[in-house]
Amino acid sequence: MFKPTKGSKLMIEIGLGHYLTLGAIIFTIGVVGIFLNRKNIIVILMSIELILLAVNINLVSFSIFINDLSGQIFTLFILTVAAAEAAIGLAIIVVYYRNSTSIEVEKIDSLKG
Amino acid sequence: MLAHSIFFFSFSLIAIISAIMVTVSKNTVHSVFFLILDFISISCLFIMIGAEFLGMIMLIVYVGAVAVLFLFVVMMLNVAQQKNQWFSGEFTSKHIPIGIIISSLIFFELLVVIGGWKFKPDLVNSMSLPINNISNTHSIGYVLYTDYIHVFQLSGMILLVAMIGAIVLTFRKRTGVKKQGYFRQISREREEGVEVVNVQTNKGVKIDD
Repeated sequence: MFKPTKGSKLMIEIGLGHYLTLGAIIFTIGVVGIFLNRKNIIVILMSIELILLAVNINLVSFSIFINDLSGQIFTLFILTVAAAEAAIGLAIIVVYYRNSTSIEVEKIDSLKG
Repeated sequence: MLAHSIFFFSFSLIAIISAIMVTVSKNTVHSVFFLILDFISISCLFIMIGAEFLGMIMLIVYVGAVAVLFLFVVMMLNVAQQKNQWFSGEFTSKHIPIGIIISSLIFFELLVVIGGWKFKPDLVNSMSLPINNISNTHSIGYVLYTDYIHVFQLSGMILLVAMIGAIVLTFRKRTGVKKQGYFRQISREREEGVEVVNVQTNKGVKIDD
């Protein structure tokens, strides 16, 4: 099993900061996908999945690097909630598509928000 | 250690590029495939760092269930309408600069937090669940069904509610479908089906009038 070392001198060694940076980059890509997408609501759901994935990366890397198992347990629960959320969201999209024959984000404006 | 860093950088590069492609690709089916690639590379990272059980669960749950669910929905809705265009249409909308500003702000805040973060020295000693020398799956199994049993069952209830909700939302009564009404079949009486007719000679009988 891989044993992480804390406080490495070399740049080549992968520490906690690398994993956290990867999580931050993927989180930001997910946020950009939510903000800039005006056409397709399914891509917005996929961006939410990306954000949850970034949170999972952070939890798992902290759990490995400070040698505590709680982070991995909570990653399991986040995984469960993400699956439930995807199922419900896609069901809502299918119902909306049946009623209005369009799932473009700009045209979903019946609440006049 | 060198091989570890090479694998980390290659997998994270694949993950970042495919995450970008999820949001920018024109075809929704392609972005679902890039989402699958993203999940696979992140689960490889998990396996590499030592969380094998979570890596495998990520593969099973995300690639096997969630991404296939996305693919089903994308295929079921009209694919030709769902072109994913950012910059087409009216350029007057102000959401693109605002979105870029807010998301880059979030990114730099996260970088500041990561750069300034340090262990508290007494944090490591106060761990509640240390990782032992047994394998990852064993240690998760020891903890998940004892200390976290209520949370575990609660997540099962969440999945049950999600399943019931998805079924209830997408259920609809179809009209014009021939079904077998077994209750009505069983409860038919003799008077409904059989009629005793007094037939006269050389006249015949006329049914279905």
